[in-house]
Amino acid sequence: MMRVFMEKMVEYLSWALALLLCLSVSVFLSYLLIKGLPSLGSELVFGKADPLSALLGRERVFDGIFPAIIGTLCLVVLSTLMALPLGICSGVYLSEYATPIMKKVVGGLFDVLAGIPSIVVGLYGFSVAIFLHHHFSDRLGPCLLISAISLGVLVLPYIVRSTQTSLEELPAHIRHTATALGATRLQNIAYVLIPNALSGISSGVILAIGRCAEDTAVILLTGVVATAGVPSSLLSQYEALPFYIFYISSQYTSPAELSNGYGACLVLLGICSVLFMVAHGMQKRLFHWALYRP
Amino acid sequence: MRPSKELLAKSVFLCCAIASAAIILAILGFMVALGIPLFRESTFSAIWSGPWAPHRGAYGIWAMISGTFWIAFLAAMICLPLSLGMSFVISSLAGRRVRKLLGALVRFMTGIPTVIYGFIGIFLLVPLIREGLGGPGICVLTASIMLAILISPTMILFFTDSLLAVNAAYVQAAKALGANRVQRLLYVMVPRALGGMASGFILALGRALGDTLIALMLAGNAIRPPQGFLEPARTLTAHIALVKAADFDSMEFRSIFACGIALYLFTILATIAVRMMARERVAVS
Repeated sequence: MMRVFMEKMVEYLSWALALLLCLSVSVFLSYLLIKGLPSLGSELVFGKADPLSALLGRERVFDGIFPAIIGTLCLVVLSTLMALPLGICSGVYLSEYATPIMKKVVGGLFDVLAGIPSIVVGLYGFSVAIFLHHHFSDRLGPCLLISAISLGVLVLPYIVRSTQTSLEELPAHIRHTATALGATRLQNIAYVLIPNALSGISSGVILAIGRCAEDTAVILLTGVVATAGVPSSLLSQYEALPFYIFYISSQYTSPAELSNGYGACLVLLGICSVLFMVAHGMQKRLFHWALYRP
Repeated sequence: MRPSKELLAKSVFLCCAIASAAIILAILGFMVALGIPLFRESTFSAIWSGPWAPHRGAYGIWAMISGTFWIAFLAAMICLPLSLGMSFVISSLAGRRVRKLLGALVRFMTGIPTVIYGFIGIFLLVPLIREGLGGPGICVLTASIMLAILISPTMILFFTDSLLAVNAAYVQAAKALGANRVQRLLYVMVPRALGGMASGFILALGRALGDTLIALMLAGNAIRPPQGFLEPARTLTAHIALVKAADFDSMEFRSIFACGIALYLFTILATIAVRMMARERVAVS
């Protein structure tokens, strides 16, 4: 009797807790939508500047999130470009060449890196900037380049791991056919293994891009500022969308600025959730697209 | 011609792997190198467990360590029942359609940026806590609630995966013996999935320990060990984020490297724990 009661309790409690979680997430999202939707529009992005001339770089945007969006875009592109070749090559090495001991040691290091708090990676970037400042040139300091390198380090384990596991999971008949026909190891990797593992690799890359776009802790220490305009060079300071949201939450001076903050939240949420959804959908879809295309 | 190309490719791949591994060690190296002046100035135990009193030359980070653990453990404790409930529902209690819907919701949650949770926390949760429970509103509890929701997808995905990874033959056998859904879940799936669920818990706890923005925005950042849930606290991560970059030779500034080293060590411990559990799981099966 007691047992039946307990089983029923577990069932009801599970449903109640699951509903509670769904409810809180939907409350958060609807709160954001209600507060943020009215501010969405070209005013939010470009402020009082003319959209076309701002896009062409002829006019500076002062009270919109355009510079922040461009800053985030630059960060994402730069850090992905840095982490991608390094990560994929490391992943290929770990999966195809490494001895079991090497795999264990280096794999363990990547597990550690994946778990390191992003602020510690930011601190590393910050220390590198100080080091460069002291030893090379006074003009060097926290800047777009340092941030991009640090973010690249932050997302490196995602790319390495997704490359390694998707290569390792390839079935034996794919792995051995080309070598049996006389292909060399490199040819096998370049023409057979990587193309077949592409969907897994690219979903890792998209997760990495999403992480670059949303991370605030790293850039907080490595050169993001509240007003910098569109970044003019790799060594200049810049604005970024997540930092803008963080900044507004503590420093807003008027209701209009606050509602811009809500709008910026919606824009960032939109970008990140689309990226994550694509990454999750990719596993299956791209595989189908690549292999069963009519 | 061909063998040399093969060799070249192999060495390029090797170099990349070594370079990436070197970066990970360089992170620790940089922090230790820059933290050395602090360790020279005062003893090891004074830094880990001493008080924070810059005017007396004491730079102990104990207040930050205790703030970190208060917030992270409370968050994990709030998150655990929520995630258990959700993963039970997704893995066995719900029908196919509800299962799919909830799975999509959890995956969507993994994509919500941290800073947005912080933003919502400030304008929605802080006033609620302030009016409902008193106190300043910016406190350990507020940060933990938000953090619990932030880490819940990690826990739920791990719990669900390990519950569903239980050999279908066992589940079918229990079904044939007349066990209903809850009984199959409680007596067959959960006992066999405990190892994987424990790793999920540790990973989520690690995320809670390492998160910066939520604590920075919602916990109040007061430098003293919290005495209760409604008091403000500062975490190690927030302490690093709050540093003023202007004075980089001061001991106050050097203390952030001690925080960084502490966080690095926690990460290594958590990673080792998860790896050892995984090995035991392999040994068992």
